[in-house]
This record gives sequence, structure tokens and C-alpha cells, in this order.
Amino acid sequence: MDRVRTILTVVAISTLTTCGALLIVGTNPVDVFSAFFKGTFSSWRHFAHVINVWIPLVICSCGLLFTFSLGLWNIGVEGQIMLGAVGTAWVMRHLADMTNPTVTLGIAFLMACLLGAIWATLSGILKIKSNVHEIFSGLGLNFVAQALVLWLIFGPWKRPGVASMSGTRPFPAAVWFPVPEGWRFSPIALVAALLVMGITAWIFISTRWGLLIRAVGNNSRAAEVHGISINGNFLLAMAVAGFLAGMTGYYQAVFVYHRLIPAISSNYGYLSLLVVMLAQYRWTPVPFIALLFAMLHVGSIQLPLTLNLDSSLGGVIQGILVLTTLGVVHFRRNS
Amino acid sequence: MKKLTSMIFLVGFFYALLLPSEAIRAAEEPFTFGLLLVGPYNDHGWSQAHFEAAKAVEKELGVRFLYIDKVNPADRPGVTVPQLVDELVSRGAKLIVANSDDMKDGIREAARQHLKVYFVHISGDDALTGKGPENLSNLMGRMEYGKMIAGFVAAMTSRTGKIGYLGPLINDETRRLAVSSYLGARYAWEKVRKKNPKDLVFQVSWIGFWFNIPGVTADPTQVTQNFFNSGFDVVISGIDTTEALTVAAQKRKQGQEVWAIPYDYRNACNEAPEACLGTPYFNWKPGYMHFIKAAQSGQWKREWLWLGPDWTDINDPDTSSVGFLPGPAMSPEVRAAMDDFIKQMASGSLNLFTGPLYYQDGSVFLRKGEQATDEQIWYMKQLLQGMIGPSSAK
Repeated sequence: MDRVRTILTVVAISTLTTCGALLIVGTNPVDVFSAFFKGTFSSWRHFAHVINVWIPLVICSCGLLFTFSLGLWNIGVEGQIMLGAVGTAWVMRHLADMTNPTVTLGIAFLMACLLGAIWATLSGILKIKSNVHEIFSGLGLNFVAQALVLWLIFGPWKRPGVASMSGTRPFPAAVWFPVPEGWRFSPIALVAALLVMGITAWIFISTRWGLLIRAVGNNSRAAEVHGISINGNFLLAMAVAGFLAGMTGYYQAVFVYHRLIPAISSNYGYLSLLVVMLAQYRWTPVPFIALLFAMLHVGSIQLPLTLNLDSSLGGVIQGILVLTTLGVVHFRRNS
Repeated sequence: MKKLTSMIFLVGFFYALLLPSEAIRAAEEPFTFGLLLVGPYNDHGWSQAHFEAAKAVEKELGVRFLYIDKVNPADRPGVTVPQLVDELVSRGAKLIVANSDDMKDGIREAARQHLKVYFVHISGDDALTGKGPENLSNLMGRMEYGKMIAGFVAAMTSRTGKIGYLGPLINDETRRLAVSSYLGARYAWEKVRKKNPKDLVFQVSWIGFWFNIPGVTADPTQVTQNFFNSGFDVVISGIDTTEALTVAAQKRKQGQEVWAIPYDYRNACNEAPEACLGTPYFNWKPGYMHFIKAAQSGQWKREWLWLGPDWTDINDPDTSSVGFLPGPAMSPEVRAAMDDFIKQMASGSLNLFTGPLYYQDGSVFLRKGEQATDEQIWYMKQLLQGMIGPSSAK
């Protein structure tokens, strides 16, 4: 009952705030909401594009559930996505000619997850060994990852005769992930995202480890007294988050862009942090919030087309949602 | 469960409301074309030139156009060209123009997904190489001439003999245009001003993309400042936006006698007229008209169009695909020399792509007396000997 009241309060306040903001810039809120609705539900194809954003958001958010449960701020998730994409692109460049497409795609997938996990573990090690807060190491590693991507695109992986920040050459068409004729996303990827979601839920509901990391997150001192290795769990949770972030990078490189570009992460790492925060670090709301964010993301393209509004308004609405939620939750906790 | 059912009903209800109105609208509406702009529609440069052409065509042919601007992964993370094409097609677009080299792969993918929609990719060569499907054509203006005039004007005006070229990324197109500017400048310096070729410095600095992306490209404002701070007094812009001109105006306010030559958009000089020597610009209207008429009449065929200036009047908005508008900072003497230069090119008596010309590494580009073919110019492999700056990434 309490939860329902929280949700209703958040919805009411954020809707009012959004409407207020829209009225201030002189736009009818009804037009804006109907534009979002039209841009996401008016046809199967529109909705397919929503799913295309939902898949990476859900995968990445699931990883963050583990780190957040332990009380870890895995800001480095952006860099982990980039490393996943780098791993994918490396395999595509060097192995695509040697094996058949399915094998290449499979190896690229493993490589992406592995690199993402390693990158995340670096943050974890810095925390355990050198007591560097994961926010700082994560931010630092994000910069390094971005620099690595830029260097690869402008240097060793440049298109022949070209020097451009636009991106690498597209992967050979044979190793684009197969998408059914007329579809805009791969059903296999959707199933994979649902699996990730399912496994995450299962870990939290019925495994010892799920219980354990939440125990550590709630009270690390007590957990230590009971002989639970905090450091080991930190590393494991970071590795899992990095693994899934790497998977997100794989998705971006293989499904969305078919190549490596400087903005390969599409900021989905940061967006996923917001998803999980809005979900109050619980797994149940994640798919729904990710859906809402994906709708805002895809629907926002309608704003310049129909209302002559800047599409960054979608981001404003997301921000309002997150801030209201945090505010309301904080207020209720303290009252 | 009850909640879910009512939810589905609600969604279905709204959906039903939307459908008939779409159907009615489709029957009444005029021919619609879509425009994907890589930068903002009001960038005073590349994208605005396209936007204005679309507006002119809309008025003249009674057609309708839709546009989405800032189509690039830095401004719209996660949004892809095929996705936006889906959107424009769902709104009734029968022809779609993609205005950036950067959209080459995306538009090819989209063209294969929508074989009944026509596509025009600006500056690409898919129709020439046959890599694209039948419904994908290419359009470009012969900006070589505009750039030659720009180079000519720069070298006629320069006091120090040091000319900077603010380049975007490096590819065939940008090498071609930097080379053209150099050829114009060299002609002015050696043949008109009769100066020592060794005293002409022509340096190209590339930023890495068509416009500034903070943290990704070099900052064009800083690159231009570096030019002006190290003795260069004219900067020719090769990027989509107007930083070179803005910086030149700032430097003039600080007492430096410097100039800039912006690019792409007819009225680019308006940003800072006092520093502007003139603008080589694209007029996309003739090309747009051609393809829209072809699509409307069902006479479409795959074409690779490289449209030149109308030599009777290079600034005729209806016939000339590239032009050069002199700026307020150009002196009357330079103006007269420029008019003469244009006249010679128009008559065919002067072709700057005539040998002997050497590539930057010393190999032969054109033997003595040899004139470059279109293909040699289009696929410009290197910068030329005499130019400073990289021909490709290191």
C-alpha cells in the first residue's frame, strides 16, 4: 500500500512538473504526450524501435542491480559498454574472414562480455587494494575507454584513405546479426534480454548469493562479522555488471551501428544508472522503467517533427522523473 | 489481470482513433519528401544550405517536406539513420535526402529496407560504384570551382602569404576541396601577383569531423586561433559551421588585420561581414528539383550527379549549383581580379587541374599538359606538393 502511494505521488508530481515546464515554454502538454504516444505505439514499426532501445537498457540495468545492491556506484558502466564494443569490433576485424558468421558472432559476444567484465573488475581492484572510490576510478576508466575508442577509430582501425571521427568501416554484412525480413530488432536479442532479466530475478529471489549481496549492501560491518568476504563480493558484483555492460556494447556494435563509433554507448550506461535508481534498486520495476525510458527516447524524435520542439525535452522529462522519485522517497523515509 | 485487460483495450482504442485519420490524410496530401540534416537546420553552413533549398523547392513545386536535423550519433545518441527513415516514410515521405557523408552506410541500409521509396545521398558515390540499390542516387555540387575562387581571393588579399585551411575530416572529398583552394591560391600568388612561389604558405589543419564535437574532434575555434596567432592572415573554412569567421572577427576587434572565408551557405558572411572575404556556397535547389521531379513523374533512374556552376551567372539561384558571393571585406581590386579569374574559368581558357602537378609524396598526379579527369578529381588520393598538412591519418 505504501509503495502504491509512493508511485502515485511520484506520477502526480512529475506529471504536474512536466506540464508546468511545458506550459512555461508555451506548449500544450496534451500535444506533447500524444506525440510521445504516437511515436511509440502508433505502429508495430515504431514499437520495434522502442524495443531496440529497451533491450540494451534492460541488460545494462540488470548488471547495475548487482553493484547497487552492494552499495557500489558503478559509474564506470559507460566505459564497460565501450570496451564491450571494442572487443566486438576487434573480433569482427580479425576473425570475420576466418570462421563462419555464427562462430564469429559467438566469439565476439564472449569477447565483449569478457572485456566489459575485466574493465569493471579494474574499478573493483582499485577500490579494494588502493581504497579508490569506485565513482572516481569509474569516471577515470570511462575517459580512458573513450580515448581508446577515439584512438582506434582515428588510428589503427581507420577507414582506408580516411581520417574521420565518424567511425570504423561497417562490419561485413555477413556478420550483421540476422534480423527477420521487415523486422527492426532481433527476436533472439529480445529473448536474451528477457533471459538476463529472468536470471537476475532468480538470483535475487532464490539464491544464497542474491541474499548475501543484499545483506552486505545493507550492513557491511555485520556481514563481515558473520565471515562474509566483502571484497570478494565486490569484485564478483563488478564483474557481473561489467559482463552485462559488455553485452550491451556488443548489442550496440552488432545490432544498432554495425561498426564502432565514438558515441557507441549512446549514454545507455548513464541512462541505466537512472533506471535502477528510479527502480529503487529493486529488479521488479526495472523492465517497466526501461520501457518508459525507451519510449521517451524514441518518442522524443516526434517533438521536432510535429511540434518544433527540441527533442532533448525527452531527457528533461526523464530527469524530472528521477528527481521526483528520489525526492519523494527521501521525504517519506524521513517523515 | 483485469487491469491488464483494460490497459490493452485502452491502447487498442487509441490506436483505432489514429488509424482512419492517417488513411484520410494520405489521400489528400501532396508529394512529400524528407530531409535528414547532419547539423542544426540553422547552422549558417552546410545543413542550412540544404534546408533553404528544400524550402525553395517546396514553394516552387507545391510539394511538402519534413526534416529532422542534428542527425548524428553525438547529438542523438542511439538514434540511427534507418530508424529516422522509417519515421519519415511512416509520415508519407516518398523521397528522402540524406545530407551527410557520415550517413553513407545508414542510408544504404535504409534504401534496401524501403525499395519503393527514393533516396538521394549527398556527396556519396554508391550510384557510381554500384554498391547501393537502384532507388539510391547521389548528388554533389562541383565545389572545386567555388574553392578555387576562395583560394584565389585569399591569396590576392593576404599580406603575409600564409593561408590556413580549416579542414574537417580527411577523405576524397575534403582532399579534393583543399587541393582546389590551393590551386586557386597558387594561381593568384604566382600568375597575378607575380610573387615568389616559395613565399606562399598553404597549411591544412584537420579537426576530425564536419563540425565540432567537444572531446571528440579538435576544437575549430582553437585551430583558427592558432592560425591567426602564428602569422596566417586568411583562413579558408572547410567545415560545416562558421567558427573561422567568428574568430577572424574577434581578432579584428583586437586590432589584427585578418580575414576568413566561410563555406557552404549563401549568407554565411552575415555572421561577421567585416571579416568576410566571400563565401563559396552550395545551391542545392537545381539538384533537388531534378530528383523530386523524377520521383514524382515515375521517371526515376539511379544517377550520380555532380552539378557545376552556371557559368553565365554562377549566383543564379535556379540554375547554378555552386556559387561564390563576395563579402564586404573584399577590396575592389581583388574583386576585379576575381571577376577576371571567373571569366577565364568560364570560357574554358583556364583549367587549374592541368599538369604538371605532383602529389605530396612527390609522385606524379598530372603530367605536363595533362588535364585531370572527373574521376581523378573526385577520388583525390593525396594533397598536392606545396601544401602543408597530412594527406591521411598517420
